[in-house]
Amino acid sequence: MADRTVYLDNAAATRMDERVLEVMEPYFFNVYAVATSEFGYSMGLDARDALDSARGVIAGALGASREEFIFTSGSTESSNIALKGVTRALDDKKGKHIIVSRIEDFPVLHSARALEKHGFRVTYLDVDGEGFADLDLLGDSISDETAMVSIQHANQEIGTIQDIEAIGRICRDKGVLFHTDATHTFTRVPLDMREMPVDLATVSPHTIHGPPGIGGLYIREGTPIAKLMDGGFQEFDKRAGPENIPGAAGFARAVELVTQEENDRLKAMRDRLIDRVLAEIPDTSLNGHRQKRTPQNANITFHFVEGESITLHLDMRGFAVSTGSACFSRSLEASHVIMGIGGNHETAHGSVRFTLGRYNTMEDADAVVQEAAEVVRKLRKISPLGKNKK
Amino acid sequence: MKFPYSEKVLEHFKHPRNVGEIKDADGKATVGSPACGDMVAVYIKVEPETKRITDIKFESYGCASNIATGSIITELAKGKTLEEAKKITWKQASEALGGLPKIKAHCSVLAIDGLRSAIQNYEERHGLVREHEPTTEDVVRKRLRHVMNPLTGLDVVRTNLVGDIEVKDGSVSVTVDLPEDHQFAPNIREEIAEKIEPLWDVKKVEVYFKG
Repeated sequence: MADRTVYLDNAAATRMDERVLEVMEPYFFNVYAVATSEFGYSMGLDARDALDSARGVIAGALGASREEFIFTSGSTESSNIALKGVTRALDDKKGKHIIVSRIEDFPVLHSARALEKHGFRVTYLDVDGEGFADLDLLGDSISDETAMVSIQHANQEIGTIQDIEAIGRICRDKGVLFHTDATHTFTRVPLDMREMPVDLATVSPHTIHGPPGIGGLYIREGTPIAKLMDGGFQEFDKRAGPENIPGAAGFARAVELVTQEENDRLKAMRDRLIDRVLAEIPDTSLNGHRQKRTPQNANITFHFVEGESITLHLDMRGFAVSTGSACFSRSLEASHVIMGIGGNHETAHGSVRFTLGRYNTMEDADAVVQEAAEVVRKLRKISPLGKNKK
Repeated sequence: MKFPYSEKVLEHFKHPRNVGEIKDADGKATVGSPACGDMVAVYIKVEPETKRITDIKFESYGCASNIATGSIITELAKGKTLEEAKKITWKQASEALGGLPKIKAHCSVLAIDGLRSAIQNYEERHGLVREHEPTTEDVVRKRLRHVMNPLTGLDVVRTNLVGDIEVKDGSVSVTVDLPEDHQFAPNIREEIAEKIEPLWDVKKVEVYFKG
């Protein structure tokens, strides 16, 4: 119906950069061998070199050593390895208690629930109205029984950036391991393991115009971690299975291509979008913190209207966005993030997430504001709650 | 381009028919609630002699299925007698729309509820409720199927939130399996009262929270 597509769901997946494909291609057609041991044949050694150098680039961006970074199939697997691998490795050395925030993305949240079924006690840490974890409560919740803490670097829906330095320090002081899901911050928000008291971090290129199907996990040297997938001795014997060499090469290239300039540009578009919506569309409110949010994320509740109706209208006009409305989700449950920050079904019902990426322009931000204004006006006209509103 | 709904649903979603409020409606009803998700209001004008629906309008605070179903039922009900209109089912509405996703039944069935409630409202206001069925536990439970559990978006009966129901001398008490200080307790209390109070032989509704 629309002759253009303005893609604003970059937190879910991104258009891959051609320059990423360029470095991946040889590993499909020329150097397609597995990464062999150092005594292997030359094509296998070439693959091994490619893997090492990709690992070097990504570890470097994290301020980590190569040995501290393993490749996985994506951020879901990374977070599963972090939570299940650490708790399994600690076994009886620590108690059966873990702490996660209430607004974690599903890989962490549902790994925690899975551990609950295996006898773990889980504290779902409260967050405030902007999504910040309650640090006093965190300190109070850690006991001798606590095996680990997992609190995201930034939120997938509302973009709120946690003070992971303070969180990590609390965990260090109490001698508890700390994992953070950095899926939505890696390369966009500084994360240097030489300074950050973080023991494990989930990262992925799917949010930064890299390839799908690959992710990574930072594991600080000395962190106990059990192997979840049994097989070969790949990835320092922490994750079995022949490596995804083209994916690794693409992941590294995607990391190299993110620049400070780009992050500033995203932030400028984000700010324009937020400022214009709040100023020009009545009865709207921002979800999350105004400044302490990822450069690519804007999340706004349009009161008196429902999110799936907004997204469908926007889709028909060529804009791809997502919503926290129950009507949009596979489970028909309202966003646990919006509910977690103290919102109700109504706030979640009309919440829309706009996430920007490399291929968006300021014109896109302006266009979506204009279209959203029209759509919301149209829907409010037929809403029993919004008919007297503009 | 691929959309998750039939052409017909999209058409009604984009251009809903008979939208708005009828100020001097003969019968009207609002079902659902903002706290729980979708909400639909239906207004009807009825020709007193023939009991035909001469005009009908709706408003929706809901998703695409909800809006499209609201739109189609106004088309289906217009010109029909009240008795005929009462018999319109979700299945008919869904067929007229070229099919609705099953998972969206809840959002779209609300529009049918709205129409039936508006008709009921007309009948109650015009002394047309002939047979007074005495209110029993079953009657109450059936009505509570229209009160949503905001935690899940499903009704409170299906999600096992409703405990004991007692009906005695015109007073109805309902026990809800949630703590008194639960964030949705006031909404649920209000919605239960709203659904049970209009029953002809009910004088008092009490909602207890225990959880």
